[in-house]
Amino acid sequence: MGIISSGFHGRRQTGNPALPPGQYETRSFPVLTAGPAPNIPTEDWEFFITAEDGQRHTWSWDAFMALPQVDIRTDIHCVTSWSKLGTSWRGVSLDTLFEDVETNCKFSTAHSYGGYTTNIPLEDLLDGRAWVAWEFDDEPLERAHGGPARLLVPHLYFWKSAKWINGIELTQDDLPGFWESNGYHIHGDPWREERYS
Amino acid sequence: MSTLWRVADVVSAAPETETSRTIGLRVDGLMGNLAGQHIDIRLTADDGYTAVRSYSVATASKDEIIEITVDELVNGEVSPYLVRDLAVGDQLEIRGPVGGWFVWRPTDMNPVQLIAGGSGVVPLMSMIRAHEASENPSPFRLLYSLKSPQAGFYREELLTLGQQSAKLTVDYVYTRSVPQGWPTAPKRLTAEILLATIQPPDANPDTFICGQTIFVETVAEWLVEAGYPAASIKTERFGGTGGTR
Repeated sequence: MGIISSGFHGRRQTGNPALPPGQYETRSFPVLTAGPAPNIPTEDWEFFITAEDGQRHTWSWDAFMALPQVDIRTDIHCVTSWSKLGTSWRGVSLDTLFEDVETNCKFSTAHSYGGYTTNIPLEDLLDGRAWVAWEFDDEPLERAHGGPARLLVPHLYFWKSAKWINGIELTQDDLPGFWESNGYHIHGDPWREERYS
Repeated sequence: MSTLWRVADVVSAAPETETSRTIGLRVDGLMGNLAGQHIDIRLTADDGYTAVRSYSVATASKDEIIEITVDELVNGEVSPYLVRDLAVGDQLEIRGPVGGWFVWRPTDMNPVQLIAGGSGVVPLMSMIRAHEASENPSPFRLLYSLKSPQAGFYREELLTLGQQSAKLTVDYVYTRSVPQGWPTAPKRLTAEILLATIQPPDANPDTFICGQTIFVETVAEWLVEAGYPAASIKTERFGGTGGTR
């Protein structure tokens, strides 16, 4: 146990087993980004996956919407210590998007419109653990929250769920992305409290 | 290093406004912070319950003492304790300073425009202090949007610097009440006022915006529409993180 602050009582949410260590529950949906929000009309939107052999898979918005859509109910955890439990999303599983992608790469860099990047091991993107989401709470995803579509990797801290997602570049090595180059953890598992580098 | 919790001694605590105060923390072996960084503070209750929040550092020293300024949130979990109960001589735990993005370094030679909404001035004050303490000659300009003169943080220091510094200009926009003799009535910040009060796009400033989410979103949109490159604008919000900065 650390230093005791006599007279501090707090709110006692940590009895909730859905909350990772050091997290508290919020009912609002905070916005955290490093700069202005890009504006991408869906007619200009494209999603890509590139592999080491140069093959490039791309989807227009219409092609993306024609893929099987799934509803996702999940908790999300921000490195700034808030968690939001039981959020509702709709989108396309990365398993679907990766169906025709052949690769030996073990890592990836997610690229966003506006230049944001974040690195994620490929295994964290597959097996029903990651999506490209375009709906939140039955409404189209707001631009401030990453609309028209964002990556959703809820088992990692939420900076890995890149807003305004443009595509995923498969990489041989684990290359730090934007926040990972600015003091944050290379992996970001909230249950291990992988917050800072 | 920055991931470890370290014990901090509270060495000073002074009211900044009616709802906020500046707290000095000494940490053995600390070597200051980059201007704009934040620390995490952990409080532990007597039964082991802990709560963690992030606070921007207001100072830009290279020594073992840093200062944060905490604004009390209505219904906040941590801020009321820090503003009302914490005393000099107490100890708490900190992690950091952390952050390598929303920071200004004395080697950055671009002009700088700082835009603060309310208590969002804290990390920007750190940049101003680092700039004043350095040989860096780039012009700094701060636009400080606040409710009233009484709500202002670092009032004396900003007033003095605004009058005396050859490389800092301070502009105020008062949204609810103005100082005596102020030339204009209280007004909300508009795009027109903003653009008339900051460095123009052709000065190529690096812009740092900090405040509540809606303030930051709105100002950033205005800047992009006015032709400031998105890549030159760095933002930090505190409204949604528990509102605890």
